[in-house]
Amino acid sequence: MEKTWNNKAWFMVLPVLLLVAFSAVIPLMTVVNYSVQDTFGNNQFFWAGTDWFVDILHSDRFWAALGRNLLFSVIILAIEIPLGILIALNMPKKGIGVPVCLVLMALPLLIPWNVVGTIWQVFGRVDIGLLGFALSALGLDYNYVNDVFDAWVTLIVMDVWHWTSLVVLLCYAGLVSIPEAYYQAAKIDGASRWAVFRYIQLPKMKRVLLIAFLLRFMDSFMIYTEPFVVTGGGPGNSTTFLSIDLVKMAIGQFDLGPAAAMSIIYFLIILLLSWIFYTVMTSSDEQA
Amino acid sequence: MTAGVETQASAKVSAPSASRVRVEAAAPRPNMGWIVPTLYILFLMLPIYWLVNMSFKTNTEITGTFSLWPQNPTLRNYIVIFTDPAWYSGYINSIIYVVMNTVISVAVALPAAYAFSRYRFLGDKHLFFWLLTNRMAPPAVFALPFFQLYSAFGLIDTHIAVALAHCLFNVPLAVWILEGFMSGVPKEIDETAYIDGYSFPRFFARIFVPLIASGIGVAAFFCFMFSWVELLIARTLTTTAAKPIAATMTRTVSASGMDWGVLAAAGVLTIIPGALVIYFVRNYIAKGFALGRV
Repeated sequence: MEKTWNNKAWFMVLPVLLLVAFSAVIPLMTVVNYSVQDTFGNNQFFWAGTDWFVDILHSDRFWAALGRNLLFSVIILAIEIPLGILIALNMPKKGIGVPVCLVLMALPLLIPWNVVGTIWQVFGRVDIGLLGFALSALGLDYNYVNDVFDAWVTLIVMDVWHWTSLVVLLCYAGLVSIPEAYYQAAKIDGASRWAVFRYIQLPKMKRVLLIAFLLRFMDSFMIYTEPFVVTGGGPGNSTTFLSIDLVKMAIGQFDLGPAAAMSIIYFLIILLLSWIFYTVMTSSDEQA
Repeated sequence: MTAGVETQASAKVSAPSASRVRVEAAAPRPNMGWIVPTLYILFLMLPIYWLVNMSFKTNTEITGTFSLWPQNPTLRNYIVIFTDPAWYSGYINSIIYVVMNTVISVAVALPAAYAFSRYRFLGDKHLFFWLLTNRMAPPAVFALPFFQLYSAFGLIDTHIAVALAHCLFNVPLAVWILEGFMSGVPKEIDETAYIDGYSFPRFFARIFVPLIASGIGVAAFFCFMFSWVELLIARTLTTTAAKPIAATMTRTVSASGMDWGVLAAAGVLTIIPGALVIYFVRNYIAKGFALGRV
């Protein structure tokens, strides 16, 4: 759309700006402030320069948590995006099935995150949970509390359970916007199922897939509550993702300096990766 | 964007030649497609069913026996929640701050989204991306600074503190969604209204807002959703008076061990408001989830 140049539009943005400045810029400044200072308690701070940043960037603990978090994000994106597309393609297009599917599928999205954690914590328990009980009845040695692999599987299945619906709903929204004439045209041309998907459905879903991809990446990279409730970061540190590590450091050990430095590095990584995805996906969009 | 896709699509698949060709609307081939969504919904419902199942059992039945449905259904767990103010006030608190947050977020996002969708101004693109970066900010980063900020203002343990803190991620999202919907409204409508003598506020309230009503519904839905499910910040900023229900749930460990039944019942009750909200917006979901950008 043709937009007119009008700097008075700033006045309309002002409320948002003030609100976000209050709830984002001021806290962020506090974090920056802590990240360059050290304290021996009693609210006496002195300048520490970039020491904390150097410490964090040299600590194995940080890189291990970052690695785990990246691995987690990659796995859940690799499962949720294709699965979401597959389900969206097979959703009913009209009739009573549509609202039923939409409402039931959206349900996990609206459950508070710690309740999601609780649901899976209970569901996976060998003594009282259906999943744990069924798996051990099948003779599998499943125990997410002690076994690293089982803990990871549980967290991934939980995230797929929790968030695939977001991808489904976004893709479905993209699909229903395709005019019927496109499919009729494809039919006349004898286009294969794959050709219909590749040349009609996929391009139409591109926008919503970008949104789904970005939202899922950002949220899985910030995941805290669910794994904290289910595994508490364990067994050992095997499911300690960045947020869990950060909260442990900031609130558990009250190491404000390192925690603040880590916050900033963490935020910058998310920012950088999201910016790269955003740019790559929108520029390929313009070429198409 | 849309034009590009259309040309691409029609280049590969020629346009239907007007009226003479008759095409059957529905594919005649046996459609087994329903299996995939059905299996998926089954997968979604199983853990929820298990929670509901547990919420109607006594603790001895939960830990002692294994059954797929309650052998001696009891309402005791729900009665505990509805008679103990420490429990039910959690629901009231959560709903108060979620509604406050939704109203604030949508109200400030409306004019901003209009500005982004209609005008170019100094730094608009940078501002838009900067707003989105706040959506990417990990709540864990903000928990401690928020606590100090709201302590300084004496707002700890109030509903407005949580509502304002949740604006951090909800305002950018609301602006993003509304901007998409507003860009879908042709600019000619604005111009026609001005020619007809409408003032800006009157045009905005009488003509524009009704046009994007579904967009506002969707934005409100998303704000509700993200505020309702967030716990880390909500728990950090509250102690008793504004404590959310989800945080109250961490109290179920008592001297006699875990009170699984009450935990399950509380979990079931946190699902209900969400389910109600989805039910009301179900007709907008399909369009709305695309954030108006399809």
